[in-house]
Amino acid sequence: MNEFQRRKAKNRVIVVVLLVILVVYFFPIYWMFSTATKSKAEAFSFPPKWIWKPQFNNFRDIFFTGTGGALGRVRGIEVESKPSAFARQFTNSIIVSFISTILATFLGALSGYVFSRMTVRGKDDLLFVILSSRMLPPVVVAIPLVIMCRALGLFDTRGGLIIMYTAFNLAFSVWMMISFIDDIPKEYEEVALVDGYSRFQAFFKFVFPEMRVGMAATAIFNLVMTWNEFTFALLLTGENARTAIPGIAQSLGTAGVNWGQIAAGSFLMVIPVVIFTFLLGDNLVRGFTFGAIKE
Amino acid sequence: MPGIQNTWANRVTDRGMLYFFLLPTFAFLLFLIVFPLVWSLYLSFCNYSANTANPPVFIGVKNYSFLFQQKDVWERFVATGEFVLLAVIFEFILGFGIAMLLNREFYGKRVLTTLFILPMMFSPVVVGKFFRFMLDTNWGIVNYILGALFGIPKIAWTTSYEYAIYSLVITDVWIWTPFIVLLSLAGLSSVPRYLYEAADVDRASGWFKFRYITLPYVAPVLTLALLFRTMDAFRFFDVIYVLTEGGPGYSTQLIPYYIYIYKLAFSYWHTGRSCALAYILLIIVIALSNIYINYLNRVRRA
Repeated sequence: MNEFQRRKAKNRVIVVVLLVILVVYFFPIYWMFSTATKSKAEAFSFPPKWIWKPQFNNFRDIFFTGTGGALGRVRGIEVESKPSAFARQFTNSIIVSFISTILATFLGALSGYVFSRMTVRGKDDLLFVILSSRMLPPVVVAIPLVIMCRALGLFDTRGGLIIMYTAFNLAFSVWMMISFIDDIPKEYEEVALVDGYSRFQAFFKFVFPEMRVGMAATAIFNLVMTWNEFTFALLLTGENARTAIPGIAQSLGTAGVNWGQIAAGSFLMVIPVVIFTFLLGDNLVRGFTFGAIKE
Repeated sequence: MPGIQNTWANRVTDRGMLYFFLLPTFAFLLFLIVFPLVWSLYLSFCNYSANTANPPVFIGVKNYSFLFQQKDVWERFVATGEFVLLAVIFEFILGFGIAMLLNREFYGKRVLTTLFILPMMFSPVVVGKFFRFMLDTNWGIVNYILGALFGIPKIAWTTSYEYAIYSLVITDVWIWTPFIVLLSLAGLSSVPRYLYEAADVDRASGWFKFRYITLPYVAPVLTLALLFRTMDAFRFFDVIYVLTEGGPGYSTQLIPYYIYIYKLAFSYWHTGRSCALAYILLIIVIALSNIYINYLNRVRRA
């Protein structure tokens, strides 16, 4: 065997090792899916059932009461079928995360442009304050924020959550957008400025379209963060504006609970995240280091 | 000139644009982050319960001195430290190992890498909830597999004093190992290939190459990872909430949970006192991040 063949063989062994690790690592996800598609008896059978006939009732039942009860909610006898608490929470999750993502990404793009291209007094300090607002454990601000929301009538409203999430995603968006805008050649707007456009016009006409990829990546990160957020959603909402994640968290965790439905709900929350992660591709590292490491 | 008219958009000055673009961001941050921070600093010096109509009464540093005298609080900090240390060690060993394996060219590398990254994008609540299902003492799949394969008797993962903290560590390792994989890969790919080739020519050992070529290039990135992980651990709340609920007893009430905690802020309503504890936590996080950032700068300059 020459050197080249030896390396190739070694590579092959390593890929097999990686696949084995992956299988072990992904077991929880497989088990979540299997629990979601089993009947209640199968899900609790002991020893566990490795072969079962998949059924998708759980995915339907979590959205309606009467067909099997809402997620984690024991409601006695309910004949009439109507949207469950989870249906409302799921809708809330979608509305809140989309609106706050659009707001945070857009505002972050504007500020990011200013920080990237223009001279701002105390720029470094401002950026540090912005970054540390993201590092901060939510505990520290949670208490006054709950009091504030109650005082302003924003408690348990989607609007209140949207405002909160916009603020917390803004810090991240500004840093991400700076890192992307730094990559766009300055010549784009300089030519436009010479042509007599104002910087404001030049920005929207020539720079903004170039920011598409950066804004998409930033938006996906914001979307995933909001979609998964728990602490504020738990503390700032009650019945009405509660999102799906605290909804799942509060479904009781004992043997009496329908784990098939919890698994189905969890699975629905995880699917979009999987798709978005694949869409992000090379921008993952950049996102998780606030734009510090580019690949 | 064609296309450019003297509209309002053309008359916006650079300065006007600067304010217009920055104002919304700073309004949001000022009202929703800076103001609450200042307010909670004030509350931390007050005797106050948010569920009563009584206004906050200024009592100086009494909240802080009370907390420092509590044996309970110290125990929570020790438990938090123990958790952080265990979780970070395992995440680094596993994450760096997987990254070393992934750091080569092979068919399907991108898909495999993205698959390894996935768990950290999932909601910790969903993961924690599901690990609770899998770690259940009597009908959990984990105990079943351990029993069937190794004959290990049933372990009360989430409900015993002995193992509850490990159930948190396991879950945290599952969620965050991908983060170390991701950052290690970024560091590893920054090592110039010619260094390895030169070392091969000199017949350097594998350990020598790792110690003197790989490690210096990867160290700054790993430091960054350590910084993020440690600071994240002080936000570790959601998994505790769904997995052990702080129990049994107080054993898994790590600091973030202890504050939110419900026991201090939202159950017993010692609002002032919990603000004080939150500030102690904030100071620790700021101190930690400064140590790391300084170290990072030193490594980068060297």
